[in-house]
Parts: sequence; structure tokens; C-alpha cells
Amino acid sequence: MGRYVVRRLLQMIPVFIGATLLIFLMVNVMGDPIAGLCGERQCDAATAAQLKKEFGLDKPVWQQYLTYMGNVFTGDFGTAFNGQKVTELMATAFPITIRLTVVAILIEIVIGVTLGVITGLRRGSAVDTSALVLTLVVISVPTFVTGLLLQLLLGVEWGWIKPSVSTDATFGELIVPGLVLASVSLAYVTRLTRTSIAENRRSDYVRTAVAKGLPRRRVIIRHLLRNSLIPVVTFIGTDIGALMGGAIVTERIFNIHGVGYQLYQGILRQNTQTVVGFVTVLVLVFLLANLIVDLLYAVLDPRIRYA
Amino acid sequence: MRGATHAKWAACAAAVALAATGCGGDSGSGSSGGDSSAVLSSSWGDPQNPLEPANTNEVQGGKVLDMIFRGLKRYDPKTGAAKDMLAEKIDTTDSQNFTITVKAGWKFSNGEAVTAKSFVDAWNYGASLKNNQKNAYFFGYIEGYDKVHPETGTQTADTLTGLKVTGDRTFTVKLTQKFSTFPDTLGYPAFAPLPQAFYTDHAGWIKKPVGNGPYTVQSYTKGSKMSLRKWDAYPGTDKAQNGGVDLKVYTDNNTAYTDLMAGNLDLVDDVPAAQLKNVKSDLGDRYLNTPAGIIQTLAFPFYDKDWNTSGAVKVRQGLSMAINRQQITDTIFQKTRTPATDWTSPVLGTKGGFQDGLCGSGCEYNPSEAKKLVKEGGGLPGGQVKITYNADTGSHKEWVDAVCNSINNALGNDKACVGNPVGTFADFRTQITQKKMSGPFRAGWQMDYPLIQNFLQPLYYTNASSNDGHWSNKDFDKLVNQANTETDTTKAIGIFQNAEKVVRDNMAAIPLWYQNGSAGWSERLSNVALNPFSVPVYNEIKVG
Repeated sequence: MGRYVVRRLLQMIPVFIGATLLIFLMVNVMGDPIAGLCGERQCDAATAAQLKKEFGLDKPVWQQYLTYMGNVFTGDFGTAFNGQKVTELMATAFPITIRLTVVAILIEIVIGVTLGVITGLRRGSAVDTSALVLTLVVISVPTFVTGLLLQLLLGVEWGWIKPSVSTDATFGELIVPGLVLASVSLAYVTRLTRTSIAENRRSDYVRTAVAKGLPRRRVIIRHLLRNSLIPVVTFIGTDIGALMGGAIVTERIFNIHGVGYQLYQGILRQNTQTVVGFVTVLVLVFLLANLIVDLLYAVLDPRIRYA
Repeated sequence: MRGATHAKWAACAAAVALAATGCGGDSGSGSSGGDSSAVLSSSWGDPQNPLEPANTNEVQGGKVLDMIFRGLKRYDPKTGAAKDMLAEKIDTTDSQNFTITVKAGWKFSNGEAVTAKSFVDAWNYGASLKNNQKNAYFFGYIEGYDKVHPETGTQTADTLTGLKVTGDRTFTVKLTQKFSTFPDTLGYPAFAPLPQAFYTDHAGWIKKPVGNGPYTVQSYTKGSKMSLRKWDAYPGTDKAQNGGVDLKVYTDNNTAYTDLMAGNLDLVDDVPAAQLKNVKSDLGDRYLNTPAGIIQTLAFPFYDKDWNTSGAVKVRQGLSMAINRQQITDTIFQKTRTPATDWTSPVLGTKGGFQDGLCGSGCEYNPSEAKKLVKEGGGLPGGQVKITYNADTGSHKEWVDAVCNSINNALGNDKACVGNPVGTFADFRTQITQKKMSGPFRAGWQMDYPLIQNFLQPLYYTNASSNDGHWSNKDFDKLVNQANTETDTTKAIGIFQNAEKVVRDNMAAIPLWYQNGSAGWSERLSNVALNPFSVPVYNEIKVG
């Protein structure tokens, strides 16, 4: 197990370097960021040169990348164009997005798994069919449509919520945005759980458990669900990274100033430091989430062991 | 049905939780009837640069500076005329040497007095190359600028030789050339005075700027919110009529508008294009759509041989006449733009140099004449024009497509004009500065100060800061120089208009339309107006 973890951690290094290098190159291809800083007019040459020097943009790209990576290892992610440290931006943005992701994941787990279990146990019933139709609708409607619709109905028409989230972005305020963010994955979780449950229901160990006379509740939760959750856990695990990065649309609709907002702003202003910094952290989150998922396998199914 | 009940329960819990926080969030000053202590909330965009007077060149940061600073002059929110604010008098005999006297009794909100030194130090700071101030060129007319801010290399001086403090409240300014309208430029935020605290604790000042305007910054969370409160000891006559303003950052002005509709926001100063159709029924009288000092044009790359031929003038005129401005402003912009008939803006007023119809038939839609002119001029270079624009902000794609459509119809050629989108504004600017444009490109100009000089010189003077097309014309340059030396303002404006006619005769840029500022507000507010810079006049807004 220990060696497996070490190997996985070592594998993360090339992925990490490759991903950041790619982002670095992509942002640099977009042109000279200083050109956009002075608005519709051209920056005067002297100021532009001075700014380039300050942000290290006067050096060749490979040198910029090396300096950047060197700094990252000392915890210095550079300075955004508005004079703020990128680490400072991260300190305000990540907690908000993490809260949003937690809300989304909780919604996925609670509603998705419950719905999946119910429909999986009663395949072909009215509940099952309606859940299937519902998930199909959710999957096919784009997030921004669901988001704007909920915002309009709950926020403006009925006045249940505020259409935008305040600076504090408390858990309560994030429930609706979290639901929107989770919606598509929620549908997948439901369907995955449903199929998995339906499949395992007929397996030998479930029959044995029923034959032993165990209570139905125990059969479902301890035996059936535990084994059926493996594909679901994989999905939710990889989804963590996707949700954090993909929050751009949801965060924009509900005016949440999290990672998506900073990334969007960074891309628009072509702020290399912000974009690369945030993506670097997101890549790390993604890699770690995947590692945790793989380790969880062993917990859920003792037959899976890593040497 | 267990799953279904779970879902319902979750939704109800969500509603309750949100309603509870919703009630807690309000500032809760429950009084009514013109409450001068009530606070209003307004939409805001994240300023791109650190908030320093000489470093702020966009509307969002400018909005704050207008609330916390007062300069020597102030542009009248209604007429745009430059009026004395902190300036007691500005004397000159030759339009080149100015003696400025600062009014007594003005203070910064931290108690420091505003003196002549507050201005001179601030201007020296703004001009100095090592401070990276993006508006440094505003001080370019002052003697010694080339030492403090050389075009290349390092600076050899820290202060401008043209600035001298001659007394506690007096200082002199010496310019490198005659510039008769110089005093009128002093209302621009870059010329604001700065307190000593700015230099002694710069980082602290940036976190919480201190000025001498009707508002003080109570708290500032970068990228999210700024709370401004009325400064009770403000010595000026334009005291705030409300208790303060909370500026909230929105990434998407659609969300801001939704918030306004839900009663979660009091003022939106940029009604999104998509909502313009509903705005009348949504807000009724609580909507404003007034001209601002912004003109949009199509600029041409005069560094490109194809566009610098003798016949190209006719091609440019032809293209201008092929654009149905009225139809585009009516349908695409829902009348929030006005077809342009000159190269300035109606906010200048006829006294200030705006001349309705100066462009003449060249700006009127005339497809047959357009076709004829383009043919006479030798046809379109390369058989096709590509209009370059940045696709990331504004609704540039919509109008560029419409303009192209109009040109194609007029010229009877499906491929005469196509749009050429560029991904980001920064990339668009890069391509412009690197002279990579091969055809017309989007150009916009938001005035710095309401002067006709500001609409002409930076845009069309040889090698001027915003002359992106690199147009150069001796007659034009000569007229501008002449106008700047003219001490009589009315005469100066007349000469500027003659210079504008040179722009017209060469069709140096195709004027498209004047942009309006728009605003929508909640029932709590009254007396809302936009100044000529399309920024709300916050201090005059009444709440309750």
C-alpha cells in the first residue's frame, strides 16, 4: 500500500509539470497582456517596458516558466495586475469554491444515491420511470439554462432567495447554486447507482445474506450498497476536480467570487500569473482526488489490494 | 416515494435557510422619506489596476475616484463644463505659464490640509516612470517630463522642473508649449491631490484610499465590495445627499439587473443589452438612457499600402455611406446609441465644439453612391474588407456583423465584408500596437475630459497616444497646434473644428455612433443622473 501511494505520488510530478507548462504556453500565445492594461489606448513605451520587467514578461517564455516554477515551490505565485498577490486571491477564492463544491457533492451523494437505490430496487416501477425521465431532462439541459431559470423563478418571481450570493457566500446562500452545479452529475450518480444496485441485487452474496435471514435494511446498506458504490465513488471522486474547475458558469450566474470568477477574470485580462496559479492548484486537487478514490477502493472492497 | 419526499424536504430547507440569511443581509435602516443617512447599493466592476489617481484609466476605478476625490476643477455633472472646485484662480498671460491658487479650508478625510504641495507631489508621483502610472502621459505637457519619464532608458530626475510650490496655497506650472485649454483638463482624476499618507504608507493607502471628496472608504474587499460612507466634515458644497454607497462587484451585468429586479440592489449603471427590450416595462420611469462622451468608429491601418493609396479616400467614404447607422442603432442597440454625424460627442454641446452634421453626406446611408465611390477608388483592397474586433466583451460581434451585412447589401457583393473576431481584448490591442491590422478595425473613444481637443488630438495627431491607425496629416497637425496656442476659447474651438474637417475630408476614421450611458434603479432612489462620463452622480442621489 505504502509503495503504491509513493508510486502514485511520483507519477503526479510529470503530469503536474506537463499541465502547468501547457497552460503557461497557451496563455502566452494569446498575446501581450500589457497591451490590454491601458484600455483603448496604447501604453506609452517606457511604462509598458517597466511593467513588463516588473511582471517578468520581458524574458523568453522558457525562462519565465522556470522562474515561475521555482517561485511556486517557495509558495510564491506572483502578483496579479491589480497589485494583489495571487496567493491572496486564492485565499479568498478557494474557500468559497470549496464550500460550493462541498454543497454540490453533498447534494449529489444524498439525493443521487438515495434516488439511485430506490429506483434500482424497484426497476420498472412508476418511480423508476419518472426518475429516469427526470435525469434525462437534467442531463440534456445545459447548466446555464437551469441556473438562470432557478435564479429567475426563486430569486425574482417568488423571492425565496437572493439572486446573487453575497461576499460572505455562506452555506445557506450556496444551496441553490450548489444544486445547479451538481445537477448534471446528480443525474449521473442516480443512474450509476441504479444500474449498479440492480446488477448486484441478483448476485450470490445478496441471496446468501437474504437466506441468512438478515433484516432487509442491513442487506441493502451493508451488503448491496457497499459493493454497488465502487463505480459511484469513482465518479464522485473525479467529479470533485471537475466541479471546482467547472464552476465558472455557475459562479458567473450567481455572482459568486470564487475560483471560477478569478479564472474568468484572469483569462479576460490575460493575467498569466492568476490563470497559471489557479490552474496549478486545480491540477493538484484533481490529482489528489483521483488518488483518494483509488485508495478508497480498498476500503470498499477488500478484494482489491495494492501491493 | 421516499426519494421524492427527501428532495422536497431539501428544497424547503434551502428556501428557509436562504430566506433567513436574506433578511439578515440588509443594512436595515428602516426609516423612510429622503433619509440622508440611508445607504444605497450599486453595481460595480473590478478595477483592473490598483486604485491610484494617476493609475486609473477605466470607468470602474474612475467611479470611486470621483467619489473620494475633488480636484482643482470639476466637470459639471449636467453640462460637462469645467468649473473651479479647489482652484481659487488659475492665472495665465501666455497660455504656457500658469499660476494656480488653491482654496483655503480644504482637508483630506484624515485631517491633513490640502495645500499646493499636495498637488505638486501628486503630479510628480504620477509622472515619474518608476511608479508605473498608466496615466503618466497626462503630465506630458509639463516642463521636465522628458527627464522624469523618458521614452527609453532610465529617468534622470524625480520631479518636474515645470512645477514649483510658491506658497502654502500657490504653485506655478510651466508647460513645454502653449496649451490654452490646459486648465480645463485639470478636472481629470489623474490631477487629484494626494495626502502624505499616500507616500508614507503606500500599501495601506491602496488597501483603503484616503481622499478629499464627499465620501470616505469605510471598507474595501478587493474584487468584491467597497463600502463608501458620507464624510460629514466634507468642506465642499456638493455634499453627499445619502449616507453612503456600497459598490458590489458583478462579473455579469445580467446578474446585477436580476438583483435589481429582485430588490437586492438599488442601482445598475449598465443595463445589459439583452434586457433593453424589457427595461421600459420592468422599470418604467426608473430608467435613464442619456448620451455620454463616447464615440465608436472604424479605424484604418494607414501603415498598410493598400489603405494609403490616393483612391483609398473614396473607398473609405464609400464604406461609410454603405453603413445604415440608423437601422443598426435602432435594432441592435435598441436606441442606446445615436448615429454619429461628426467625430466628437453631443455632450460637448455646440459651444464646446460639437457640430451636428459636420460629416455631411459622407455619414448618410446611400447605397448607390457608396457603390460608385468604392468603384472609383479602385475597389476594396484585396476585394474584401475584414473588420477586426475583440469578441470577449461588449456586443461587438452583433454590430460588426450588422455593419458588414449593410456593406454587403449596398455593394451587392456577399463577400465584400466579413468580421474578424479576436479572442481577447489584450490580443486585440497587441495586434493593433504591432501594426498587424490589414483592414478596418473597431475603435472606441471615451473622453478623458469634455473638450473637443480630447476627441481629436489623441486620436488623429501624428504619432499621438491613441492614433492606432497611424494616420498623419500636416494640415491637421498644423491646425491643432494653432488651436492650442489660441488663448480665446471660442476661437480655439473654431480652429479645432477646422481640423475636424480635415479628418472628414480624408475620412481618417468612419464615425459610427455616439454611445449612451444607461442606468436603472429601485423605488428607494430618486434624483438619479449620469454625468457626461456615464458615471452616476452618486452624491446627488436621494434614498427613501
